[in-house]
This record gives sequence, C-alpha cells and structure tokens, in this order.
Amino acid sequence: MIKFQDITKIYSSNASKSEPTIALDKVSFDISPKEFVSLVGKSGAGKTTLLKLLLMQEKPTSGDILFEGKNLSDIRSEELPWLRRKIGVVFQDYKLLAVKTAYENIAYTMEVIGARDEEIKRDVPKVLDIVGLSERAGNLPAELSGGERQRVAIARALVHRPDIILADEPTGNLDPYHTMEIIELLLKIQLMGPTVVLATHNKDVINRLNKRVVTLEKGKIIRDEKEGRFIL
Amino acid sequence: MFTVLIRIFRSGWRSFYRDREIALATIFVLFLTVILAGSFFLFKDISQILVADLQEKIDVSVYFREETLEEDILGVGKELSELPEIKNIEYVSKEQALLNFIQRHERDTALLDSIDELGKNPFLAALNVRTWNPDQYAKVSKFLEGPGFDSFVEKIDYYQRKPAIDTMRSLNSGVTKISISIAVLLIIIAIAVSLNTIGLSIYNSRKEIEIQKLVGASSWFIRGPFLVQGMICGILATLISILTLSFICWFLSPRIESFFLSISLFTLFVENFWMLVLIQFTTGISLGAVSSLVAIKKYLKD
Repeated sequence: MIKFQDITKIYSSNASKSEPTIALDKVSFDISPKEFVSLVGKSGAGKTTLLKLLLMQEKPTSGDILFEGKNLSDIRSEELPWLRRKIGVVFQDYKLLAVKTAYENIAYTMEVIGARDEEIKRDVPKVLDIVGLSERAGNLPAELSGGERQRVAIARALVHRPDIILADEPTGNLDPYHTMEIIELLLKIQLMGPTVVLATHNKDVINRLNKRVVTLEKGKIIRDEKEGRFIL
Repeated sequence: MFTVLIRIFRSGWRSFYRDREIALATIFVLFLTVILAGSFFLFKDISQILVADLQEKIDVSVYFREETLEEDILGVGKELSELPEIKNIEYVSKEQALLNFIQRHERDTALLDSIDELGKNPFLAALNVRTWNPDQYAKVSKFLEGPGFDSFVEKIDYYQRKPAIDTMRSLNSGVTKISISIAVLLIIIAIAVSLNTIGLSIYNSRKEIEIQKLVGASSWFIRGPFLVQGMICGILATLISILTLSFICWFLSPRIESFFLSISLFTLFVENFWMLVLIQFTTGISLGAVSSLVAIKKYLKD
C-alpha cells in the first residue's frame, strides 16, 4: 500500500556556517493494507518527517514514495487535496478549527470531500458515538479537555473512511489514563478497516500494543519487528 | 457544485458572525473607502455644475458690418450652427442691441442722452455664439475670419474675451486634474488600508487555513468563505455609507444652497441615487473580495 524507497531528507540551514541536518538517510520499508505500524525513536529520529513526506507537506531530497501504486513525486499541487482526502491525520496538538464546534470540525472533512448533507447528518453522530463524545457535539474545542479534543481529532480523521490514518504523537499532551483511551480507540478503528501509522516515543504504549514496530535512530531504520517492543 | 457553493456561503457567513470584532474593523475601513468613492462622485458633479454655471456666462459675439443684410447674417448663423462645436447661436439685431443697451442703462441718463445726440443707432447686429467648451472658441473665431465671411464680419470679440476664456479653460482642466489626483490618491490609500485590515484578519486564520489544507480542502473551498466574508463586509459597508451620505446631503443641502443657488445637494443625491448605489456597491464588494483574495494567496501555497 505504501512503499518508502531509499528516502533521504536533508534540511539545509539558512545560516551559511551550520551543517545541513540529515533527517532521513536512505530509509526503505513497506506498509501493507490494514496494518497497524508504530514508528518509534527519540525526538529528531525522523518519525514526523516520514509522516510529513507522506502528507506531502515536505518533499524528499532523494528517493520515491509510492502510495497505492502512485509515485508521490508525480502528484501535482492541484492533486494534493485528492491525496490528503485518502489520509486521516491526528496531531499531538489536535489541530482543530477553533471557531467550529466538535460536530462542525468533523463535518468539515466530509464537506471537503463533497459528501451530501444527509450523509453528514448520518455519519458525524456515528463517529461522535464511536469516540464517546455525542454529548459534547456542540462544544467549541476551547471548551473541551485535552483527551476530548484528541478524540474529536480522531473522529475527524476517521469520518470520511480514509485508507490510512496517521497519528503523530497523538498522546504527547495527555495523561496516562487518556493516553490508553486514545490508543484503544486507534486499535478499534484499525479493526474497522484503515491502516494505522502511529508515531510515538511512549514506551508503555508500544509495549502494550504487540504490533509491528519500526525503530528509527538518527534518520535510519535500526529495527523492524512484527511484534516489536520499545528498545532504544 | 451547488452544494459546495451553499457550504462556502454558509461557512463564510458563520465566520463573519463569529469573528464579529474583526468584521467590524473591516466594515469600518471599507465604509471609509466606499463613502469616499461616493463623495468623490458627487463632488465631481458639483464641480461640473459650478464650472458649467460659469461657462454659461461666457460667449463670443460676432459683429456684422453696418450694411450687412439680415438674411446674410442669418445665413452666416445657419452655416455656423452646422459646426459640431456650436452649442447655441443667438441673433441680436441692431434694434435689439439698442433696446438692450437702453434697458441696461435706463438710470444713466447721461449715457442715454449721448446716444440720442448721435442721432442714429450706433450698434451693430451681432450673433452671440456659445460653444460646448471654452477650448472651441478659438476654432470658431478662426472659421469666421476665413474667406467668405470677411465681407460681412466687422469684428469678433474673441480676443477681448480670450483672457476670461483661458481662465475658464484652466479652471475647468484644473478642477478635473485636482479631483482625479485626489481620487487616485485616496483610492490607493483606501486599498492599502483595506488590504492590510483584511490581511490581518486572514493572518489570524493562518492556522485554520493550514488545517483545512491538511484535511484535503481544495484552494477554492478554503478561499471561498473568506471571499464571502469580504463581500458581506463590503455590502454592509455600502449600506452604512448610503445611509450616511443621504443624511449628510439632506443636512448640508439647505446650507450649500444659500451659497450656490444652482446646487441642490439633496436633489443631486436623489437624481444620482442609483448610480451612487452602483458605484458604492461595486467599490465595496470588489474591494472586500479582491483584498481577501490577495491576502489569502500566500497562505495557500503548499
């Protein structure tokens, strides 16, 4: 489903004397449909860069990324929305639209893909129910707790039935109780169909998952295990 | 397509309603621009009326030789009236000229006595010629100095009146130049200020735009609501401006009329109402929309 082939990403610094930073160094691996993959590594290991490349927020310095058989370097900027509609993203800082209620934040993704009003009215309450926020549908993000905001973000990533869900440190701002709640939610979602890619440096989370773990260090893959554990 | 348009409008309206404070600032700036455009339009009319009023008072008289027959004079008049520059021609016969003189100086007995002493009518028959604008007098007078007319025409008082005509002409072009310069300057300032205000409000939304891009919204789906918001601000600014302008015209009209009899500000406003509405709506809506489009451009790059 997704193939990273010899991906290198180098950030060149604007200051002339400082060295360019190698974020990813010839990284290659595949992700199969319906898989649950965790990317682990210390800060700066290259986890977020990988996700940004997949979302085409960044371009690789060299190498190819194939998404459902299509090389991302062939995608023109007008086609970007098409790619992004196939991906649901959950961020550490939630990235919710501040002026929209929980319901509207979720509905917005469906509006973007051109879903009919009846579909929106049918599906948004369903995902709100899945994430357990039916009661908070009319609240603005500022009126929700961290865990609730992240559940809205997950509902938003989920509602348009994307092929893949990327979760970049989704529990980074949450306490242990809410952390497990969010991870269980992601597991539940993966059973519903999409591939889930989770980037995290939370040891407890990884060790409880018993799923595939790709470990990155200084931009290189140092371990790729089917039922991996957090070893750094 | 229709659903998308409805969503864009609905989203634009919601953002307008939720960001009331920013919308208020934008409306105020657009209001200033729109009322400036409207006032400039009225001012242009007022200055034109004043200049036309002065122009009305200027004409050039063509005096004919004593022996010229009335039918020849009328013939010259007919030929003149075929020139495109001529606005109107008035024939004043010798008798009429005398009568006019007597009427004008009826209290000046010494002057009237001197006419009596002459024993004959000293005035010449004349054609009073008015052109559409002061520039055209020179051409008309050249035309009358040409062959065919010199046997009839005694003199043309264009050269005596030339200084007045020149002043008129420079006043006319001066008023136009000054008004155009002021208008251009004000419009540039207004566009810069509204671009800035709307730019700031979009800057506040830059994170939202980033999120919208990440969930796969197309550029027009992101741009649309901002465009709608800008247009709503433009429409409201125009409505407020029309109300303010009608109040100002109604209030100032009697005061201006006491200075310039020929100008009724309120009548001018009423006569030009729909034109004013059109100008102000066009200015308000297009400025709101264009400012939004320009301001959002840089946030829509990948």
